This record gives sequence, C-alpha cells and structure tokens, in this order.
Amino acid sequence: MDGDLRIGSAWTRKVSFRFDGEMLTASEGETLAAALYAQGRRTLRTSRDDDGPRGAFCFMGVCQECVVSIDGRLTEACRTPVHEGLVVESVR
Amino acid sequence: MSDYDLIVLGAGPAGATAAIKARSLGLRVAVFDEASAAGGQVYRAPSPARTTTQPEADQRKGDALRAKLATSGAVLYANHRVWSLTSGFSVIAIGPDGPLTLEAPNLIVAAGAVERHIPVTGWTLPGVIGLAGATILLKAHGVLPGRRVVVAGSGPLLLLVASKIIAAGGEVAAVVDAAPRAGWLAGAGAMLARPDLMAKGAGWLLTLLKARVPIHSGAAIRRVDGTDGVETVTIGPVDRNWRPVDGTEPTIAADAVCLGFGLLPSTEVTRLLGAEHRYEPELGGWVPAVDAALQTSVPGLFVAGDGAGVRGADTAPLSGELAALGVARRLGHAGDLASQAATIAADWRRSGRFGAAMSGLAMPPPGAAAMIDAGATVCRCEGLSRATLDSAIAAGARTLADLKATTRCGMGPCGGRVCGEAAAMLIAAATGWDRQTIGQPSARPPLRPVPLAAIAAAFDYDELPIPAPAPL
Repeated sequence: MDGDLRIGSAWTRKVSFRFDGEMLTASEGETLAAALYAQGRRTLRTSRDDDGPRGAFCFMGVCQECVVSIDGRLTEACRTPVHEGLVVESVR
Repeated sequence: MSDYDLIVLGAGPAGATAAIKARSLGLRVAVFDEASAAGGQVYRAPSPARTTTQPEADQRKGDALRAKLATSGAVLYANHRVWSLTSGFSVIAIGPDGPLTLEAPNLIVAAGAVERHIPVTGWTLPGVIGLAGATILLKAHGVLPGRRVVVAGSGPLLLLVASKIIAAGGEVAAVVDAAPRAGWLAGAGAMLARPDLMAKGAGWLLTLLKARVPIHSGAAIRRVDGTDGVETVTIGPVDRNWRPVDGTEPTIAADAVCLGFGLLPSTEVTRLLGAEHRYEPELGGWVPAVDAALQTSVPGLFVAGDGAGVRGADTAPLSGELAALGVARRLGHAGDLASQAATIAADWRRSGRFGAAMSGLAMPPPGAAAMIDAGATVCRCEGLSRATLDSAIAAGARTLADLKATTRCGMGPCGGRVCGEAAAMLIAAATGWDRQTIGQPSARPPLRPVPLAAIAAAFDYDELPIPAPAPL
C-alpha cells in the first residue's frame, strides 16, 4: 500500500519517533496505531502461532493485536499518543 | 463513608448523561473511562493531532456532552482502566498515576458494546480491521482504512463506514452485506418511527449510489488473501440463514477490509458482580435482567446505554437519565422522581425500537457458523482454527469454559472479547442447541490486561517474609 492515508486537514506539529529502528514522523498527539497505519506500516508484529503478519484490528483497546514494546513495557499502540523521540519495538 | 454516592463506568452518551443527571440531583458522582476524554466510541473526541475547524455533527454532539460533564461537578477519571470490582461496590482501576480504588454504594455500568465478529480465512492479515475500528480511524483520527476498501458484514455500520470512506476521498470496492435485501425492509416499520435517523441512513445510501459502489446483499467474504497485508478479497453468496451457497465467487482487488457483524453488549462487569442475565437477540444477545429503573438483580447495580442492550447512541442518554433517577430514588431523594422517571421510561422505550431493529438486522442467524472455514483462525490471540475448536467440541466441550480449558480459546490478552461469540456459534452449530443454551463466559479479574509492575508495590527481596521451615 502506497502513500499516506491521512485525510487532508490541519494537523499539529510533526514529531519524530522510531519503530524497529526506522525513523518516522507523526503529528504530535496522534495515536501510535493511527500514525503507523496511515503511513503503511500496518504489520506491527509476527504471530507466534503461524508466523503471519499481524496489525491493529479494533483500534479501541479490546483486541490487543497492536501491542508493541515501549521502554520494555508492552502497551497497545492504539492507546499510546506519539511524542517526540518515542522508541517503539515490535514484539512477537 | 463511601467516596461517592455513585460511580459510573463509561463516559459515553449513556454514562456521561447519567453522571450529569445524578449531579443535578445532588449526588456525589465519579465517572471512569478508558479513553482520554468523554464521548464513548460514537462521540469519541477527535485526536489532539488534528486541528479541524469544521466539526461534524457527531463531534459537535460530543463536544457539547464533554462540556456539560466538565461543568457538572462529576469527577471524571479519564485514561483509567477498571480491571476489577467487588460487591458493595469497590471499583479497582489503573490510571496514568497508578492504581486507584474508589467505593460507592451505587454503580451505573455504561460500558457500551464490542463488535461481534465472524471469523473468515485471512482476517488476521494487516489491513483487515473492525467496522467499529474503521469509524474510529475515520472520525477520531482522520485516517482512511485504505485506498480501495471492501466493507463487509452486517448492520447499519456497513453503510456508515462505506459512506464515510467515500466522503473522505477513498474508494469502496464493494459493500458485502450478509443480510438479504428483504431484511432491511422488514426493519422499515421501526425505522418509520424515526424519520430523522431514516434520513441519515438514506443519505449514506445515496452517497454509495452516487459513487456507484457495488452493494452485494446476501453475500459474505469467502477469504482474504495477501502476503504482508490485504491484496484480494473473494466473496460469494449466502442463503437467508447466512449459509454459503453455490454461485459466482468474484475476487476483488482491495488494500483493506472493514469487517463486523453488529454489536454485543459489554456485560463483563455485571457478570463479575453476579447479576442475572437474559438472552435478547434483538438487543444484541446477553443483557443484564433489569427492573423499570434499570437496576439489575444486584441491589444498587444499574446499567445504561448499549451495555443494557444495543439500542444506539440516540437512545443511550435516556437510559442514563433513567438509571440516575433510579439511583437517586434508592438513596431516598426527596423530590418527586417517580413521574419524571415514568415519562423518561416511555421516551426511552419508544426511542429504543429503532436501535433494536437495527441491532436485530445485524444479528447472525444460527446458520452463519457455516461462513467460518475449517482453517480460519477463530481465536486470534492463541492462534486457534475452527478445526481445532471443532475437535474439542466433538470431544465433548459444551460451554465456553470447556473450550477455554481444553484449547485456551479466549484465554489470550483480549479475554475472549473478540472470539467468544464465534466460539459459542460453533458449539451451537455442532450441537444443534440454540445460542441461549450455551450461556456466557464467566468474567474474572483482570477484566483488562494490567501490567503487574503497575499494581504491585515496590519491594526488596530482603523484606519478603520467609516462613520458618517445617520441622523434618
């Protein structure tokens, strides 16, 4: 999937964050799940069960599919606002 | 003495209105919500990253509700996850500043609903998202689910999501509705009672017709394929009982799928506290049994909004007011609340018919289990296919607890909130029992995943009491 899926409207200032080492940008306060999804980074982890790619599904804190690691703590990307310098690692 | 007279769980339209009403009657009120602001899913506050100048109708309604709650004097604990409760009532939560336990003799549970899912092969691919999740992406985050999207499942969210994608400049490759076209006409009687909402639905449909979106009624997704994400979607016809039948099975190129089959009332709190429940298919399934004041079988435990039965956002505030009046009367409030409650109850019943008709339209008939292929992953957390669950059922599993014990279905981090209903459908299909007979899963704390470090106090190993060894 190409391009940015954000719908053209005014956004707050850009901040930088890291996802598995890759430098990405987001608008300050955007949730991590929305920022990654909008930029085509839809695979957030690999399934332990079938090695298949997994990504955000419910966007409301129910399904736990978007869980990532921030400072060694597991957290749902859909409930995490992005701020400058955030370092995010995918989990298995 | 309790911290509050009333604690409200959930700050959507039902919970926020309940809190505002209870405050106006002089009660001391606290409200808990997982989100960072009040509004619930339907009026979810826009992401602070967006600076939209022309808010849509839903956002204006949400802003008005948030403003009213903020000045009501009710204390809002936003960003707080309630992960356990005890009777009486203690509400045990975790928030940004750590754990928090509050007590009140009355509780209004306005926990809303979760989406009902019927698994399909390939639904674990990135880019397949829930219909409810799609509304959050579109409305709160200003993000399209994809460039070319298949919108599939059942119920009114199909039209809402598809029309929002088009309005935002995306393409809808197809709308795939399991219900036969006649199903919508059957609900028309109830819709006529709410011309305002009917006009809203007609507006969505018009958007789709103008954009020439193919609408497949009586059809369902057979499978979703792709390497790193959605690439193609194969659909096919289903009969009136939603069983797949022979017919053309076109494959549609798409980069995203929005999928959902209506809403299920969230009942884990009322189950945890031991309230009685009854099965009401037109309200989304299992709902707490309530009296005229929306009080459950547990004294002081009230419910409101979609968690009391899916009736929709327009009805939710009325149930919030009704429950708040019930709490005030239970506390011996001096005013004449009985006649007020009777008027609101009549409005609530009238208003609820439309929402219940919509909810009934989304409800899968028993045959829908046939839409799930043997190889389709049912329990996403534990990676369990239908075939795995079917063998456990063949070996004797008859309840969701049996399935959990034998396969780990529902034991993952989602707590069975994504797969539970599908698992129950599979037991029903194999046994020929109706959904009611299979019952509900038991609710146990933690109701939400909680980091152990956040609830356990800091300690030194030296401080741990070590019991003296038993004499040999």
